[in-house]
Amino acid sequence: MNAIQTTNLTKRYKNLVAVDNVNLSIRQGELFSLLGVNGAGKTTTIKMLSCLSKPTGGDAFVGGHSILREPLLVKGQIGVSPQETAVAPHLTVQENLELMCGIHGFTKEKRLAKIQELSAQLNLGDVLSRKAGKLSGGWQRRLSIAMALITEPDILFLDEPTLGLDVIARSELWDVIRALKGRITIILTTHYMEEAEALSDRVGIMKSGRLLTVGTPEELMKSTGAQRFEDAFIAIIKEEKS
Amino acid sequence: MRMLTFCKRCAMEILRDPLNLLFGLGFPIVLLLLLSAIQANIPVPLFEIAHLAPGIAVFGLSFMTLFSATLVARDRESALLQRLYTTPLRSADYILGYMLPMLPIAAAQSAVCYLIAILLGLPVNVRILSAILLGLPAALFYIALGLLCGSVFNVKQVGGICGALLTNLSAWLSGVWFDLELVGGAFGRIANALPFVHAVELQRAAVSGSMAGAWPHLLVVLGYTLAASAGASWLFLRQMNKQ
Repeated sequence: MNAIQTTNLTKRYKNLVAVDNVNLSIRQGELFSLLGVNGAGKTTTIKMLSCLSKPTGGDAFVGGHSILREPLLVKGQIGVSPQETAVAPHLTVQENLELMCGIHGFTKEKRLAKIQELSAQLNLGDVLSRKAGKLSGGWQRRLSIAMALITEPDILFLDEPTLGLDVIARSELWDVIRALKGRITIILTTHYMEEAEALSDRVGIMKSGRLLTVGTPEELMKSTGAQRFEDAFIAIIKEEKS
Repeated sequence: MRMLTFCKRCAMEILRDPLNLLFGLGFPIVLLLLLSAIQANIPVPLFEIAHLAPGIAVFGLSFMTLFSATLVARDRESALLQRLYTTPLRSADYILGYMLPMLPIAAAQSAVCYLIAILLGLPVNVRILSAILLGLPAALFYIALGLLCGSVFNVKQVGGICGALLTNLSAWLSGVWFDLELVGGAFGRIANALPFVHAVELQRAAVSGSMAGAWPHLLVVLGYTLAASAGASWLFLRQMNKQ
């Protein structure tokens, strides 16, 4: 069974088709990147898959459950780290994690164990008592991912996780994402070519709401005859334009 | 349990923001001290402590709109709400989670106002407790107004609308700074149609112990509180569904 399967997934606003008949299969344990320029429809696709936004057409099955008919079951299987940092700024890192544990109804023992586990996994130990709003962008993103992982999701959505980070913070976050690879299915949106190439098992390229192509970075370079992944991306986008 | 976790988080966010303490407590206390000092030199019946303290207590409550609106708007902007929408929290958990923790904060704020007033000469009696309790419907009105504004406006807009415009409007139309009967006319009619003056008169009636005169004011405040709560819930759920 695929982790995610979409059939003609569509989102229309008044005069705009944000996502246009997207058919996509993402395998279990895969790190799949949705790549595209701004306004390509990446975030809208993720919002629909995580039941934050209802499609206006088509359907998607996340962990075998329909986003239209079984949103609560879908929500039970996913973790979401939105594009913005999505943390409570006046709460400490530990309190932010406790907030998510409490909302998911964890017992005290489970809460403590989970916070300890995630602190070790994402190296948050040194900043547990610091207020989230005072952390650097990189640490806030790290906390954001930890908050998304609290429920041990089968599927993790990372929306532009390294947006606005410096080179070092980005590299550190890549290490975090690599460490998760294979254990859970990860759907990552980005418009950084090197990020998609470095992390992804497969990449889907979107433009104007449509999914233009899907393949491994190597397959996409081969199909376009490009030496670099960035050139392959540009060729695919421009080919569609002409 | 889930809702209580969210309530606790909202209370912590508000109490840990130093600007909230400055505006919510500092500003009303400074006004109370300043106007009492003026009253000591140039006696004006309007600024006698038994008349002034209830007005300042209600003026302090108007900052609840700013606090709740800023919290909701910030949660929307930072996408924390978006994250929480993917959790088992239900619509009622959000609405109650934002509103309920602010009630004890509002009661504590009123208590501090009356404590300062006692130090300035307000007689100590049980009527002050009833005034604090009767301030809760007005507090809920201001909190609901904040939830409503936070569901529609961004953090910057909320600062201007709830922080500057509403607090001033609420104060002018409440009869705290001047006697509305002296102005009369359309201004007086508008002020009487709105809940602010009734919230102040309710407090004054409670402090003076004339509860018979308090009920009409309480009914007006309760009516506005229900309307604001319904409007806030509708607008919050609308923006939630828009996500």
